[in-house]
Order: sequence, then structure tokens, then C-alpha cells
Amino acid sequence: MTTASLDNRNARTAFLAFLGAAAMLGVGYAAVPLYDLFCRVTGFGGTTQRATESDAALAAQMAQSAGGREVSIRFDASTASNMPWTFRPEQPTDRVQIGQRDLAFYTARNDSNVPITGTATFNVEPASTGRYFNKVQCFCFTEQVLQPGEEIRMPVLYYVDPAILTDDNAKDVEQITLSYTFHRAETRAE
Amino acid sequence: MATTADAFQAHADDHAHDHADHKPSFFARWFMSTNHKDIGTLYLIFAIMAGIVGGAISGIMRMELAEPGIQYLTWWAEFMGGSADFDTALHMWNVFITAHGLIMVFFMVMPAMIGGFGNWFVPLMIGAPDMAFPRMNNVSFWLTVAGFVSLIFSLFVPGGTGPGAGTGWTFYAPLSSTGSQGPAVDFAIFSLHLAGAGSILGATNFITTIFNMRAPGMTLHKMPLFVWSVLVTAFLLLLALPVLAAAITMLLTDRNFGTTFFDPAGGGDPVLYQHLFWFFGHPEVYIMILPGFGMVSQIIATFSRKPVFGYLGMAYAMVAIGVVGFVVWAHHMYTVGLDVNTKMYFTAATMVIAVPTGVKIFSWIATMWGGSIEFKSPLVWALGFIFLFTVGGVTGVYLANGGIDDVVHDTYFVVAHFHYVLSMGAVFSIFAGFYYWFPKMSGRMHSELLAHLHFWGFFIGVNVIFFPQHFLGLQGMPRRYPDYTPAYQYWNEISSLGYHIMAASMLLFFANLIYAYTVGKKAPANPWGEGATTLEWTLSSPPPFHQFETLPVIEDHHDYHDHRQGDQRETTV
Repeated sequence: MTTASLDNRNARTAFLAFLGAAAMLGVGYAAVPLYDLFCRVTGFGGTTQRATESDAALAAQMAQSAGGREVSIRFDASTASNMPWTFRPEQPTDRVQIGQRDLAFYTARNDSNVPITGTATFNVEPASTGRYFNKVQCFCFTEQVLQPGEEIRMPVLYYVDPAILTDDNAKDVEQITLSYTFHRAETRAE
Repeated sequence: MATTADAFQAHADDHAHDHADHKPSFFARWFMSTNHKDIGTLYLIFAIMAGIVGGAISGIMRMELAEPGIQYLTWWAEFMGGSADFDTALHMWNVFITAHGLIMVFFMVMPAMIGGFGNWFVPLMIGAPDMAFPRMNNVSFWLTVAGFVSLIFSLFVPGGTGPGAGTGWTFYAPLSSTGSQGPAVDFAIFSLHLAGAGSILGATNFITTIFNMRAPGMTLHKMPLFVWSVLVTAFLLLLALPVLAAAITMLLTDRNFGTTFFDPAGGGDPVLYQHLFWFFGHPEVYIMILPGFGMVSQIIATFSRKPVFGYLGMAYAMVAIGVVGFVVWAHHMYTVGLDVNTKMYFTAATMVIAVPTGVKIFSWIATMWGGSIEFKSPLVWALGFIFLFTVGGVTGVYLANGGIDDVVHDTYFVVAHFHYVLSMGAVFSIFAGFYYWFPKMSGRMHSELLAHLHFWGFFIGVNVIFFPQHFLGLQGMPRRYPDYTPAYQYWNEISSLGYHIMAASMLLFFANLIYAYTVGKKAPANPWGEGATTLEWTLSSPPPFHQFETLPVIEDHHDYHDHRQGDQRETTV
């Protein structure tokens, strides 16, 4: 074993080790989009699902044949501490048949004297119902711009997937809380 | 690579053939060191210094907790440059628990085990002249020192409610992002960047050394278990620390550059931080204990005068612990709202780790079974390790249950558990290793009497500190508060009393060092008799500055236990 060839082997081993470390650094950053994707796909942490009109129609048909029971939906609204908006649901609760579409309204008013762009984060409690809570339309899909003093009504069109009745962790849920928090939108283009 | 390396003077030093004991001048030897034994010594001195600071901080905490109410924190708030109001006093508490945790984990246990004993004994035990990258070794050490300086600096700059970073060693967002204004948290994060970079370089060095520089004939399956433990630890460091680096870098950009990785306002999620942190944090707890496993294996075999029982099982149990350690992280965060199936998985996976750990405990006991046991100080510390680590392991299996954790999460029960495995498990193995190898490293014998007294004082002290904390936790006393209802006073008083016993025993440790260097006898090459069979005992005490100019050869008839060379085998076997 000459010194030069040991040095070469050492360099190669160290290179592979550093490659491993760099890969794990990459995995650390890749966790950000992957975690987001994971939550959206599995409804983890009460992340709600998005559905199309045809999904909703299908669900309604399924619910019809299953003879759906009702579930109570509680609406919750809050704002980030630096958000000068008044934001509340028009109805505290609603009873809907599982599988049937329901339209709920929230109102938001800009209490400041400057235009503010807001974006809403959302989830449902209990977290196990996230994968069954489908939104067809929601104000949270886009950013909302409110002029000083302006007040708007914002709709949420949603339904609870009848598949919830086959999930042991979620079928006994009697009330689902749908929660929104409005934040100032991060202004990306400045 | 090879040609550049040859150009440096230090490289030539490694291969100096003129004189094995030719040492550089004081400054060059200790500040520009490329010698694995000198760097190991530097790491050990550094770990002792950091341990004094971290241990003193826990003294402040135990004083404050000795009775209900706020006694000393206001004074400390003022002393550290904050205002003397109540909020700042409470902030100081957070600063102390943060500093205690970070110092003990990153600047005491890791430097002592991996940097200190790893650097000293991995090359000696595998029959290598030095580490693969001696200069990188030096960089690792000074990065660790720089990290410590950055952490200490953070104590004296604003951290939100008062001076210092008061986030806990976990740096959970949003407390560590929007919740702690001021540069203290940035300095604390930077400290982890530096120490982490040092550890990644060190891990690369160990992996390269162990894979490429073993003496002829020393196959992986003949390697001493301490070397195995450092190899597994190095892989854990290499794969876990970059994830921590990613997480705290995101935290740093969230704090300073307007990103929103952990801020819901921009689509981020604070729970993601916890996942990233514990993906690092759980392997980290094995990083802190695996080298201890290795040391205890060497010590038990030496003082039982028997080869370790189930050598391959011992080695691969450590590999298994390392692998499974990467897939159990969420048991640190059962209360963030995981669904029941996720909790079931993490409960089961966590309990699986008790199997390889049980293999190790069993094999240590089986090694002693029928051995001619000599109760020298290293063995006594190793036995203390086995007993106390098992106690901590049992509460670990208990806490692994998602259902029970909902009840005792963030209570003193958890504090008691992880101090049993760390401040008793890891620290007992460090002292065991220290007394085992101190004669080899220094060339002087310590006092066995003082070492035994140190053991008994420390053993009684830490048990009096931490055993009552199980009761406090089950009674519901939460972690991370400087105050409590008087109902908890009884056991807190006893716990604080234990601190004094422990601290007194530490004086014996330092007295023992002074004894060894003043009146201690000169240590022979092998002070532990015929049970000490690994290669470090074939060298003088202390070993020559450059060892193994002619590489030792492990013959086919040598097993994993006895690596002594020809004539030495004949005289003792």
C-alpha cells in the first residue's frame, strides 16, 4: 500500500461521505414541498381537499344511495395579530347531510385606511376529517383585496365525502369545525 | 488531492521517520495541532470546561427550584445586563435551560465522547498512525470552539424579553422566529451551524479512517466494539446533522430575510420545524449514547478478563439502533395532533429499539458472567452505567406510548427520563472511559480510592436529583418553568439537595486529576492486566507522539478480542 493510493482512497471515501451529507441537506429542504404535498394528499393535520363540481355531483349520488346522516359544521374565523380586518362567519353552525353540497358565507371588512391584500389559511378539526372535507369553491383559494372600509361576503361551497362513513377514525364525528385565519398576504412582487 | 496534500508541512510530519517523539513547539502543537492524540486531549479539556459551565447553570436552576417563587432569577437578569423586572427574570430561566441543554449536548457530551475518546483511541485501536485527514481534524476542533464562543456570546445580547436566547435547545418556531426579537437567537443558531459543521467534518474523518486505515488483517468483524460504536455514530452524524442545518437555516432566513418556511401567514407550517428538528434530534440522542456503549463494552471485557459476549450481536445491535433511530422521531411530538394510526406506528417503532438495546444489556451481563471480575474504578462506573441506563430505558419504553405521553408530555417525568439516559447513561460512560484510559493518555495513575468515592458521590447525587422528578412529573409538574405550586415543594427540595451531593463528588474528580499529575505513579503500558487486549495497551503510556511506524498485523488466528502482537500474547495468555 503506497501513500499515494491510500490518499486516493481516503479522498474518495471522504467525497462519498460529503455527498451523503449534502444529499441529507437537500432532503431537509425537499421536506418543505414534500410535507406540503403529503398534507394535501392525506388530509394530514386537518388539511381540507379540493373537489370539482363533478366530484361533488358524484358524492351526492353516493350519499343518496347510502341514505346519509347529518353532521354539524361549526364555522370559525380569526385574523393574524397584524391584520386590521373584521372577519366572521355569517352563521355559527350548519347542519348538512353527508355528501350534500352546502354554501356558507363569511364576511370580511377592512378596518384600516389602506388597501390590504389578505390570504386565508384553513383546516378542520378533528384532524382525521381533513381528507373527507371537500371544498368546491372557497375564498381561500385566492388572495382577497379589500379597499379601506370595504366589506365583502365570501362564499365557501363544500361537502363532506360519504367515504367518511367507512373510516373507523372519523365515522363517529358529529361536529366538524372549519377554521380560517386571515393573514396579510406576503407581497412578493415589490 | 494527493499532490496538494503533500505540499503541506504537516503532512510530512505525519510520516516523519526520524524520531517518533519529536514534538513541535507549544503553540504549533496545541493551536495548529494535527496529531490525533493532541486533538483528542484538546477536545477533552474543552469538554471539561464546557461541562463546568453547563453544570454550573444546572446549579443555578436547582437553587431556583429548591423552593416555590422566584428567588435568584431577578438578580441574574440584572447581572446579565437585563432589567430587573419579573418578565426578564422569567426570560432568564428560559435562557438557562437553553444554554444548559445546548452546552451539555453539543459542547460537553459530543466533544468528550467523539472528539475526545474517538480521536484518541480509534486510530490506536485499529492500528493506524493517525486520522485520515489530520488537518481537517484540527478544523473540526476549532469550529466546535467557535460554536461555543458564539453560544456564550448570545447570552449577552438582546433576545426578546431579555438578554440571551430563551427558546429551549429545540428552537421551536414561532417562539424562535417571531417570538424572540434581537440577535441572541441568531447567535445561538449560528453556534449550532459551527458545531454542526465541525461534527460533519469529524464524522467524515472517522468514516474514512475506519474504512481505509485499519491495520493489515483487522477486518471489520475483528474491530474493537468502541471503534464500531464510533463508526455507527459517525454515520448518524453525517446523515442527521445536515437536516438540522437545513431546519435552522430556514429558521434563520424566516427570522431575517422574510421567508415563511415556518410561518402560516406565508403558507408555512411551524409543525414542519418540529418534524425536521426531531428527524435530527432523535438520532442525536443515539449519537450521545452509542460511543458510551462502545466504551462500556471494552471496559466490561477488560475487567471480566473475557471476550465480550455476542460480539457480532453487539456490533449489529448498534447498527440496528442507528437505523431504527431515524424512523421514530415523531414520538417527541405526540401532542401536535397526530392521528391515531401515526401514533401507533411511532409507538411500535420506538419500542422496537428496546430489542437491540436489550441485546446489549444482556450481552454485557453475560460477558461478566463467570468472568474473574476486578472492581477497578472504570468497571464500577460501567456497572453504574448499565444499571442507570436501564432505568432510563424502562421509562423510555413507558414514554414511547402515545397514549401515556399525552398525560406526561412536557412534565418532569420526561426530564427524569432523559437525564437518566444522558446525565447518568452518557456521563457515567464518559467517566468510565476517562478512568479506563486516563493512565494511557497521561502516563500517570489516578487514585483508585478517589475514583471510587467520586463514583459513590456522583451515583447517590444524581439519583437523589432525578429519581424524585419521576414523582413530580406524574403529579403533573410541567417542564420549563422556574416556579411551581407549593404542592411540589417536598420532592423539589430533595432534588436540589442531590445537586449538592453530585457537585461535591465532582470536586473529588478534580482532586483526583491534581493527585495524578502531582504524586500519581507512572503508568505502565498496561495497568489493567491480562484483560486489556486491544492495541492501545501494546503501546507505552502515554503512547509515542507518532505510533505504529511499522503497522501491527492482525494474524488469521487472532480473534475480535485479542489484538496483542506475538511476544505480548505469549507472556500474558
